[in-house]
Amino acid sequence: MIKSLSKGIRQDGRKLEDFREVSVEYGASKSAEGSARVKIGDTEVIAGVKMEMGEPFPDTPDKGALMVGAEFLPMASPEFELGPPGIDAIEIARVADRGIRESGAIDLSKLCIKEGEKCWMVVIDVCTINDAGNLQDTTALAALAAIKDTKLPKLEDDGKVNYKEKTDQGLPINCLPIAVTVVKIGDSFMVDPIIKESEFLDARLTVTTLDDGTICAMQKGGVSPLTVDDIDKMVGIAAEKASMLRKSLG
Amino acid sequence: MGKLVSKDKEIVVPGEELAQGMDYLPGQGTFRDKEAIVASRLGLLSVDGRALKIIPLTGRYLPKKDDTIIAQVTDVTMNGWRLDTNSAYSAMIGLKDATSEFIPRGADLTQYFSFGDYVVAKIINVTSQKLIDLSMKGPGLMKLHGGRVIKVNTHKVPRIIGKQGSMVSLIKNATGCKMIIGQNGLAWIDGEPENELIVVEAIRKIEKESHISGLTDRIKEFLEKKTGNKVQPAGEQNDQNR
Amino acid sequence: MTRIDKRKPEETRPMSAEAGVIKRADGSAVFRIGETIAYATVYGPRDLYPRFLQDPSKGILRVSYNMMPFSGSGDRVRPGGNRRSKEISMVTKKALEPVIDLGDFPNAVVDVFIELPQTDAGTRCAGICAASMALADAGIIMKDMVTAVSVGRVGKDVVVDLSYAEEDYDCPEGVADIPIAVLPRTGELTLLQCDGRLKREDLKKAIELSKDAVAKINDIQKKALKEKFKGESQ
Repeated sequence: MIKSLSKGIRQDGRKLEDFREVSVEYGASKSAEGSARVKIGDTEVIAGVKMEMGEPFPDTPDKGALMVGAEFLPMASPEFELGPPGIDAIEIARVADRGIRESGAIDLSKLCIKEGEKCWMVVIDVCTINDAGNLQDTTALAALAAIKDTKLPKLEDDGKVNYKEKTDQGLPINCLPIAVTVVKIGDSFMVDPIIKESEFLDARLTVTTLDDGTICAMQKGGVSPLTVDDIDKMVGIAAEKASMLRKSLG
Repeated sequence: MGKLVSKDKEIVVPGEELAQGMDYLPGQGTFRDKEAIVASRLGLLSVDGRALKIIPLTGRYLPKKDDTIIAQVTDVTMNGWRLDTNSAYSAMIGLKDATSEFIPRGADLTQYFSFGDYVVAKIINVTSQKLIDLSMKGPGLMKLHGGRVIKVNTHKVPRIIGKQGSMVSLIKNATGCKMIIGQNGLAWIDGEPENELIVVEAIRKIEKESHISGLTDRIKEFLEKKTGNKVQPAGEQNDQNR
Repeated sequence: MTRIDKRKPEETRPMSAEAGVIKRADGSAVFRIGETIAYATVYGPRDLYPRFLQDPSKGILRVSYNMMPFSGSGDRVRPGGNRRSKEISMVTKKALEPVIDLGDFPNAVVDVFIELPQTDAGTRCAGICAASMALADAGIIMKDMVTAVSVGRVGKDVVVDLSYAEEDYDCPEGVADIPIAVLPRTGELTLLQCDGRLKREDLKKAIELSKDAVAKINDIQKKALKEKFKGESQ
């Protein structure tokens, strides 16, 4: 693989900074308040948003709540097993969560119904359908698409949520944070790794950026350290690729 | 007088009635239920006179004695190695069957084959409980260095190899890549990166079009277009494992 | 009589199916009926650990049925399964087991995973339809497909394929929901459950009424499998 990469050719014939084909389809599950199916190459996930009524967290009594979960369903890969999420799924969910939370993508203050007592909780679950690599970027993109697709259900006068009736009110969205994972193998940097590349990676860096290039979340992984130059280069690649993914959201 | 309900070379699914009447005979992938012959797996119906059978198109590899396979080392034990055979069962290879080199007692066996290494080996025995014994003593049986291993449809392996290895020779001549196809649905390809990609594409094309006649000509044409070179017709070279 | 969505008593909701939709799996399918969508994948035959689960005489079948967290009509479904999903997994396994032959695979396992992204009644039946397609797609030896649909009584009427609105229908006679799985070639049943009050003659009537639907569903299953491999026949 190293021999091939030094010529700039990847296992599946792509160039280093090429993504596989990206597609976003909204409304993948009518049961959810918002949903999307995202495919990057053969990797496919479905994200769904459930809007629940709950109590604000004590440290943010005037804000709604946000939660992102990633389910590595055993149907998606022979490597995935039944049971509670493993550390890989937890990491991917938390990185997606941080991107949305720290960028302030959703104006959570508008989701508070009564301070300290009642608020909307945005619960996003991302389920893998087929794993062919780069679940991180696929999951983060799908979570964002599902938020964009969300319509609040009707809130009855008695304070109960009527899931049978959706309003035409969407979530208050400020910006679109996009996660891009850049992988380092040998001296080469590449995006959108397939599984084989992830197995051989020396280091990876997921960078979540806004449309002006502002960084709002990062996560380094892999066993090798990165130099400051490496990091700068990876951030640059991530921000550039993010604009392409942002466009795919329509 | 019996009659055929499904057509020759038709895709049939489990439970589908293939023929009526006692003068038809149920072969592989079929069973008789009173007057009817019924498919018991998905595949291509093959009618040979009065005999009906199903040619499978999917399904995992079932280990068979004398098959040459590509296997991956998953564990190193006291007296040999455990290998993944891309089937439901792993296989063992003992020191004596793995190499003709003398291995001193207590030697570090990972020097010979380490975790993740791929080897070409021959199945010398499969028990009723699917315990598999392998050997690496014989021509073409060896450890693989470099290149890449891809999964291929195990039911298409005969087509990928071709008659007397003709298809493999054709691809090797056209691309200059080294190639070994394991009966267990793993293929090893080693060459220039661009050419390895052409080989992968050619294999995918064979898998998809294996039952449509004129396959060799289409693959030859494909290889000529991709490589830009005239391809030698597949010669008498029949040693696919070189 | 008229049904809530104007269907005839023996009429199912609109259906569609596809095979081979999940590339990583050895076999896969999706089956849709009304607003219910069921994916099924098959992995195996493969290694089975821990060892005490192994059967030295044949391979075993494992089935897992799961609703995605956002797939319910009301609150979020907590991930990780519950009593309902465990029971459905078990009856689904029992519905599929009679047709499959794993005699060639001692000590191994075939895993079936059923996942629902969107639901509106009839999920276990949709799951069984998808699972039997996925098993066929995986090249498993099986003597027939398994075709499942719910039948039942809504008020005074015996009907096929109850929707969520029908299951929930409020009337003095009540509702009985009877999910069944049928082997299309022989008409034998491999799944039979009943929720609700039912007269003996209504049960017979309901199963009789399902025949047309079973034939249609089986046809959709077969067509979808053949469609996937159509390039391979001459």
